[in-house]
Amino acid sequence: MPEAAREHILGRLRRATPRPAAPEPDVSVMARKVHAPDERYPRLRRLMEAVRAEFLETTAADWPGAVAAFAEAEGFRALAYGPGTEAGARLAAAWPARGPRLVAFDRPIEECKRELFEEIDGGFTTTLGGIAETGGLILWPSPQEPRLLSLVPPVHLALLDTTRIHDSFWHAMRAERWAERMPPNALLVSGPSKTADIEQTLAYGVHGPKRLVVVAVRGRD
Amino acid sequence: MAKRAAAFADPVEWRDLRALGAAIRARSLTRLPELLEQLEERCRENGIAVHWAETADEANAAVLAILELHGAKRVVKGKSMVSEEMHLNDYLERHGIESLESDLGEYIIQLDGETPSHIIMPAIHKNRGQIARLFGQKIRDAEYTEDVDALTAIARRVLRRKFFEAEAGVSGVNFAVAETGTLCLVENEGNGRMSTHVPPVHIALMGIEKVVERLEDVPPLYSLLTRSATAQPITTYFNMITGPRSAGEKDGPREVHLVILDNGRSRTFADRELSATLRCIRCGACMNHCPVYTRVGGHAYEAVYPGPIGKLVTPQSEGVGRRHDLLEASSLCGACGEVCPVGIPIPELIVRLRAEAVGEGSGSEVRGAGEGRHALEAAAWKMWSAVHRSPGLYRAATLAASRLGRWMPGSLPVLSAWTKVRTTPRPARRTLHELADEKGIPDA
Repeated sequence: MPEAAREHILGRLRRATPRPAAPEPDVSVMARKVHAPDERYPRLRRLMEAVRAEFLETTAADWPGAVAAFAEAEGFRALAYGPGTEAGARLAAAWPARGPRLVAFDRPIEECKRELFEEIDGGFTTTLGGIAETGGLILWPSPQEPRLLSLVPPVHLALLDTTRIHDSFWHAMRAERWAERMPPNALLVSGPSKTADIEQTLAYGVHGPKRLVVVAVRGRD
Repeated sequence: MAKRAAAFADPVEWRDLRALGAAIRARSLTRLPELLEQLEERCRENGIAVHWAETADEANAAVLAILELHGAKRVVKGKSMVSEEMHLNDYLERHGIESLESDLGEYIIQLDGETPSHIIMPAIHKNRGQIARLFGQKIRDAEYTEDVDALTAIARRVLRRKFFEAEAGVSGVNFAVAETGTLCLVENEGNGRMSTHVPPVHIALMGIEKVVERLEDVPPLYSLLTRSATAQPITTYFNMITGPRSAGEKDGPREVHLVILDNGRSRTFADRELSATLRCIRCGACMNHCPVYTRVGGHAYEAVYPGPIGKLVTPQSEGVGRRHDLLEASSLCGACGEVCPVGIPIPELIVRLRAEAVGEGSGSEVRGAGEGRHALEAAAWKMWSAVHRSPGLYRAATLAASRLGRWMPGSLPVLSAWTKVRTTPRPARRTLHELADEKGIPDA
């Protein structure tokens, strides 16, 4: 039956009156959404703060310490991270012996699901960069950095290199040739989880993280 | 409406972006059969299993077969209008499978045994007091509160456990990219990501029209969608799924299935004019701007898709004769056509379907064409047309109406159908021609 369904549907579509070939769409409206390099980070920050993302500004040398200090100040029991990335290795190397536990997400979810749902207060991930036009971070989860790190813990900490902010989503996927190398999961994140389903009143922290903290690494100063 | 207008404050950008969105959707539709085959091929290469369904029944059976293969009894669902078309929840419940809506609005109406009244804000017809009472009655240990944050927190607590336990997740698809075999999901709550990434099996449902040619086609459509739907420049999450858990990955579903549903769409596609219906990206802007929808609400349409776009979708799938009521419930004010981000000429298509409903019916591919035709009505319009084509007949008819019309009893058959709920019309004592003659206005 399924094979028949496929043939019937495609058959009906092919039998329809042939359509004249449509012209190549004019994408100039996308191409002109550009922002000067020094305006991209302030714009991203303003737009993301408007949807309640938080920013922790730091430097290339200090960010692991800033993340640890944040976790400690918030009273985290544990922060989960992906140990296979370069950033993950740096975070682990700089993690203080006292204070919150740093937990490597290095096992299949089937073996650590309960721990992730019940014992982890924050998830740390890297990003591929950001988007100036609308605000937003680009995440490509990987074997080194699991998908649920940015979803299940109540706080998501995302490392952003502020020199890697693209003009727009459209510019990002063209510049980095996404179409040739899409990972099994890629996503944009612009703030903490939210809903307006009750009386159109905005409420944050519905199913995903209640807080999104952007660990923003400024320039090379 | 004001927020949407602010989101498209630059009229040049709106004009150009809308033209681009319309062009992308129209172009994708001109190549629909090839793109669906390409999508299927890419998905299979990526490890996504593809299933085709001509009808809602076939789609339900495909979902059930996957669930049974895994012995799944608990399913969490992200928002999907296609699943509403399928009545998937009822179907799964009948087969002993719990199918839980996890979008907050959908969860609320499912608790109350209802269906969505809006495609973007499904529970917009309920106020916080009603939701508070509903939660108090249906959720164990939920204390009564009308605080929106507290109500949201209760739903979070209940649904987290459900995400944790679910053996499969079901979602819709906003855009399916033929070039890469990528399924895109737009959302704010995170329930979509929870439903598609936590359970070991993910089943995505899409209508055949959802496919676009290239990955680069996605950003303009996404921008039009979020701004038209909720006036947001971007949603909290934009989730792009191109495969199940890959070798070495620690999480993500082990299996991803894509069910491609026709359910009458290929019939709409066959008609060149009506195929514009299939450009729809389900933003709901036409509903928010419709003077009829905003007064009667979504449930009055007795259909899965309410509002102006629903007036095109429902009669084409259920029959233009049977759902003639939907086509008539429009003032043709044109607001829906003006705000549509992909330029669907909704008012023109409503007029076309009205004509199909009352036309001769023969030779039309539209479902139920001619079934709204009444011999008496058709004869009356024929007479009307004849009278208006002949000056002599027209003068005689207006003269008769002005002299005799006032004595015509409202209880006459046919006329009584009108006067039952309205006052009987009283024609003027003298015709417009007579009044003009008196003033010395010459005939043209």
